[in-house]
Amino acid sequence: MEITAQRGLSGAPPFPQPRTCPYQPPETYRRLGEEAPLSRVTLFDGRVVWLVTGYHEARQLLADERISADRQRPDYPALAPRFQAEVARRLVLIGMDPPEHDEHRRLLNPDFSRRRVAELRPVIQDVVDHYVDRMLRLGPPADLVRDFALPVPSRVISEVLGLPGEDLEFFQEASRRLLQATTREDSQSAGEELIGYLDRLATRRRTESGPGLIGRLAREEVAGGTLSHSDLVQIALVILVAGHETTASTIALGTLALLDHPEQLARMQADPAAVPAAVEEVLRCVAVTDLAGARVATADIQIAGRTIREGDGVLLSGTMANRDDRVHQDAEDFDIGRTGRRHLSFGYGIHQCLGQSLARLELEIAFSTLFTRIPNLRLAVPADQLAARPLGSGTVQGVQEMPVTW
Amino acid sequence: MVSAAGRPAQPRVTADRELCIGAAQCAFAAPAVFDQDDDGYVVVLDGDPGSGEWEAAQEAADLCPAQAILLADGADGADGADGMVGMDAG
Repeated sequence: MEITAQRGLSGAPPFPQPRTCPYQPPETYRRLGEEAPLSRVTLFDGRVVWLVTGYHEARQLLADERISADRQRPDYPALAPRFQAEVARRLVLIGMDPPEHDEHRRLLNPDFSRRRVAELRPVIQDVVDHYVDRMLRLGPPADLVRDFALPVPSRVISEVLGLPGEDLEFFQEASRRLLQATTREDSQSAGEELIGYLDRLATRRRTESGPGLIGRLAREEVAGGTLSHSDLVQIALVILVAGHETTASTIALGTLALLDHPEQLARMQADPAAVPAAVEEVLRCVAVTDLAGARVATADIQIAGRTIREGDGVLLSGTMANRDDRVHQDAEDFDIGRTGRRHLSFGYGIHQCLGQSLARLELEIAFSTLFTRIPNLRLAVPADQLAARPLGSGTVQGVQEMPVTW
Repeated sequence: MVSAAGRPAQPRVTADRELCIGAAQCAFAAPAVFDQDDDGYVVVLDGDPGSGEWEAAQEAADLCPAQAILLADGADGADGADGMVGMDAG
């Protein structure tokens, strides 16, 4: 069995593969998930790594200290060429281990606590209202991605970081190029543009008063010597990109899932108190990052009758863990009445999403407002014509545009 | 250290603020039992929740990504509670 796992190139299907529907996993992942909680898959560069599809096994590994998130390690698995770009290798928070990771997270936790996020509710509601008003004024039709799903979280994260409003389109476009690049060079140049922009902003904020997290960290931490300027720029980059791209995709794919299940949508529309549970079901179902983490083992680890060897790449599939029928009853059903929130869409372990309370609130306000103000919203094209992101860019899911009418 | 009037000396719910990463899963799952302080870290509001809140506290302990919540279920006592902090919001 061990020998098969080491050798099993022929039995290790390519990863990632395109989804069958924008919020459903490919058949290959389902087959792997049914066969065993751990499988072998082959990355674009020919490397064979573990794909963990079981919920319990994924959680156990994400909490294991013998698993590293350090993207600077030479044995860290690259999911696509863009992962080999310099900007993707030194990644604070997401791509670092303790103690550096913990120091950065400690600086940021206050700004993303539930209480601080709750204070943003009127701001988020204003932003959502603004874009719904605009859709109603200019449409139908509309492109839900361009006109709603993308600008809402972009504006909100601008507020949190303290970015000038007029820079919205620049960073949306540069973030898109960073994450959807299919070559190392394209990703690097988009990343350098964003870093240059945030570098200038963070320098300016050190001496001038300015709102938001970048200003606070520049004046309190960088000026006080507890954080380097370059780490502040890195932190701003990670929060900016992670803070709007994933939420934008979840708004778009969540809207799609709700439209595909009219009886579930009607339940949500009839009962405002049902919206938070609907948000959790959307998160479980669409799992826009697909992976709850990509890691490398720093020691041999025995799990589920297999041995993960030191140096092995380990991919934790949120998409499949969220459909593990040992944990989720009728896992294939989209059911907004579920309780328990046992999904890995925000990850697990010390790297679990810093901005999850913010994401939850944005999704709650976005779905409730959108379907209250435009109750007869519907797709303007067949769902199978929606273009997904380029497969060669990695595992982040989403649609490029989503024509809607009402 | 932590006992307040009318409460057992060993609370049934404890949280390790050193392990806490501020994900807020607990405050979301069981807002009557857990909260976050101004820095975003766990505070146990009710170390001995009634049966109505116990299930929510169990969900919080299960979902905590840092495994920072310890529940003592009756017979076993509050083993490992030494060094745990966070009874009352300070």
